[in-house]
Amino acid sequence: MTNKTNADKKSLVANALGQGLEWVDARFPLSSNIKAHLTEYYAPKNFNFWYFFGSLSLLVLVLQILTGIFLTMHYKPDAMLAFASVEYIMRDVPWGWLIRYMHSTGASMFFVVVYLHMFRGIIYGSYRTPRELIWLFGVGIFLCLMGEAFFGYLLPWGQMSYWGAQVIVNLFSAIPFVGPDVSEWLRGDYLVSDATLNRFFAFHVIALPFVLVGLVVAHIIALHEVGSNNPDGIEIKKLKDKKTGIPLDGIPFHPYYTVKDIVGVVVFLMVFSTIIFFAPEMGGYFLEANNFVPANPLVTPAHIAPVWYFTPYYSILRAVPPFPGVGFLGIPPSLFPGVAAMGLSVLVFALLPWLDKSPVKSIRYRGRLYKQWLAAFVVSFIVLGYLGTEPSNVWGQFGPWLGNAERATVVARIFMLVYFAFFILMPWYSKKDKTLAVPERVTG
Amino acid sequence: MYVAELLSILAIQSGQSKLVHEENMSDTPNDKKKIAAQADQATVVDLEKRNFLIATSSVGALGCAAAAVPFVLSMTPSERAKAAGAPVEVDVSKIAPGSMMTVEWRGKPVWIINRTEEMTAELAKHDDQLTDPSCEVVSQQPDYCKSTDRSIKPNLAVMVGICTHLGCSPSAKLQPKGDMGDNWTGGFFCPCHGSKFDLAGRVFKGSPAPTNLVVPPHKYLTDTTLLIGVDTEDKA
Repeated sequence: MTNKTNADKKSLVANALGQGLEWVDARFPLSSNIKAHLTEYYAPKNFNFWYFFGSLSLLVLVLQILTGIFLTMHYKPDAMLAFASVEYIMRDVPWGWLIRYMHSTGASMFFVVVYLHMFRGIIYGSYRTPRELIWLFGVGIFLCLMGEAFFGYLLPWGQMSYWGAQVIVNLFSAIPFVGPDVSEWLRGDYLVSDATLNRFFAFHVIALPFVLVGLVVAHIIALHEVGSNNPDGIEIKKLKDKKTGIPLDGIPFHPYYTVKDIVGVVVFLMVFSTIIFFAPEMGGYFLEANNFVPANPLVTPAHIAPVWYFTPYYSILRAVPPFPGVGFLGIPPSLFPGVAAMGLSVLVFALLPWLDKSPVKSIRYRGRLYKQWLAAFVVSFIVLGYLGTEPSNVWGQFGPWLGNAERATVVARIFMLVYFAFFILMPWYSKKDKTLAVPERVTG
Repeated sequence: MYVAELLSILAIQSGQSKLVHEENMSDTPNDKKKIAAQADQATVVDLEKRNFLIATSSVGALGCAAAAVPFVLSMTPSERAKAAGAPVEVDVSKIAPGSMMTVEWRGKPVWIINRTEEMTAELAKHDDQLTDPSCEVVSQQPDYCKSTDRSIKPNLAVMVGICTHLGCSPSAKLQPKGDMGDNWTGGFFCPCHGSKFDLAGRVFKGSPAPTNLVVPPHKYLTDTTLLIGVDTEDKA
């Protein structure tokens, strides 16, 4: 008897839920969206380690937004109060230190997972037709992230915040003709000041997050329109089950990849917590020592460097010599070449879909030539990244036979050329590369 | 809206040409005529309506641009920021020869250096090592300081202590030699990226800084009172 009543109760609840869902579905496409994006979104069955970083980026975005909301409850975007309010969060707000360290570590971890996510896209050719727009939205997300990181770094109003913003805003004044006006407009003052801090706060907590979330939605809509790439670079939609129309090599995103991604999330959170609890400053790489000194417009710290995720581009900025000017034409000397090279070093990623002329997408079927170029690029990125954290005289100078040139600057110039050659020569070497035959089905 | 209309026309055209191609995969001239004819049919254009749409859209776009002006201008320096950029008065009588003082003007450090006679004499001797010895870059100093010593009074140099590379504040190395090496004739060294300047703020060749240090507009109210921020033409 009891069994029967329990079963009756269950079916009653199920019925009620079913009716509720019907009621919603008649008014909002809930079931169909769950199907289209989760239970009947067929992803290739051979996703590997590299495919964790997309969902992890999304996780970090959510974490940054959440911790950010709680930080704004205590932070004061005022040059007189900002530094002290951050210390207040760290010392007096219950659990404030945790929320703040989650946010500051989250910024660095965001770049870790996004760089790995981009690297995945590069090695498996995920930017190739028909995924160019996914890639472009991704580049937009990357630019937004850089903006978020830059604006956010000013907010604690420490020495490094102040002089970092000073240097970056000054980069804009190198733009010919309009530069000085643009940087004054960005600062809202003749120097980085309260006006600058206040507007950077607005950009950081309202303007850019909106754009960022919009781009992420576009990124995912475009992905689900064309379907995911995979480590073999094969289109799984080409071979479908004749009866069901489901790709032979596809499995539903939910439950298969939601479960897989949860494993990634757990491992990521272990790493993330370890950093937060044991090394939140990461030896000066995540939070720089000089930023624990309040901003002082009259004294520059002896060595200023950006946070690690900007250093490859910063190295390129420093490596390019200034334009000497043409006296008799009245063209003044200018920093613009370095600034332009730095801008290009970031924007050039957007051109990848059109630079790659290889008949195959995935590195698995590429030849030695491409692999050598990719390795050279990775090495240059890391070397430039390291040099950007150090002063330019870190390795001393060459002798008079090289005009006493700084060793680190010369090395940075060489690796900068490799960095750009990877992109500029890609149409040539990706075509010339001896590729392997691509199989019909994914290989796991 | 005009763009949307154009896009829809394009979509119809490409859609139709695709249809034709599916019927007959060969690309004969006859085929092309057929495509053109069908495309014409699809794009019967009401020119009056189109012109109206162009005109209204343009007016709308202009309105939006005009509405953006106050927002863009709201980000320029406020009246308070402008007022804070007021000139600074300095008593220069207490700077001993061979030393300097720093004052704050518009939040930036301004150096006033009282150069000795040996120091000023040295300035003319190393032109060949400088990027811009005769101060050709007009933005870096007022016209009345476009000379070897870049000053109104030969001994008193006034300059903004912000490196023209990326905005750090260089350190004073006024005396010759010392930790700067035996060739050093006195000047400034930027710790950030190693730019070197002489005692007139002129940049040495091989520095990352492209130009000489900025000499702000300034004038002497009396023999010992300096006003920084306003020059002889009363122009800030």
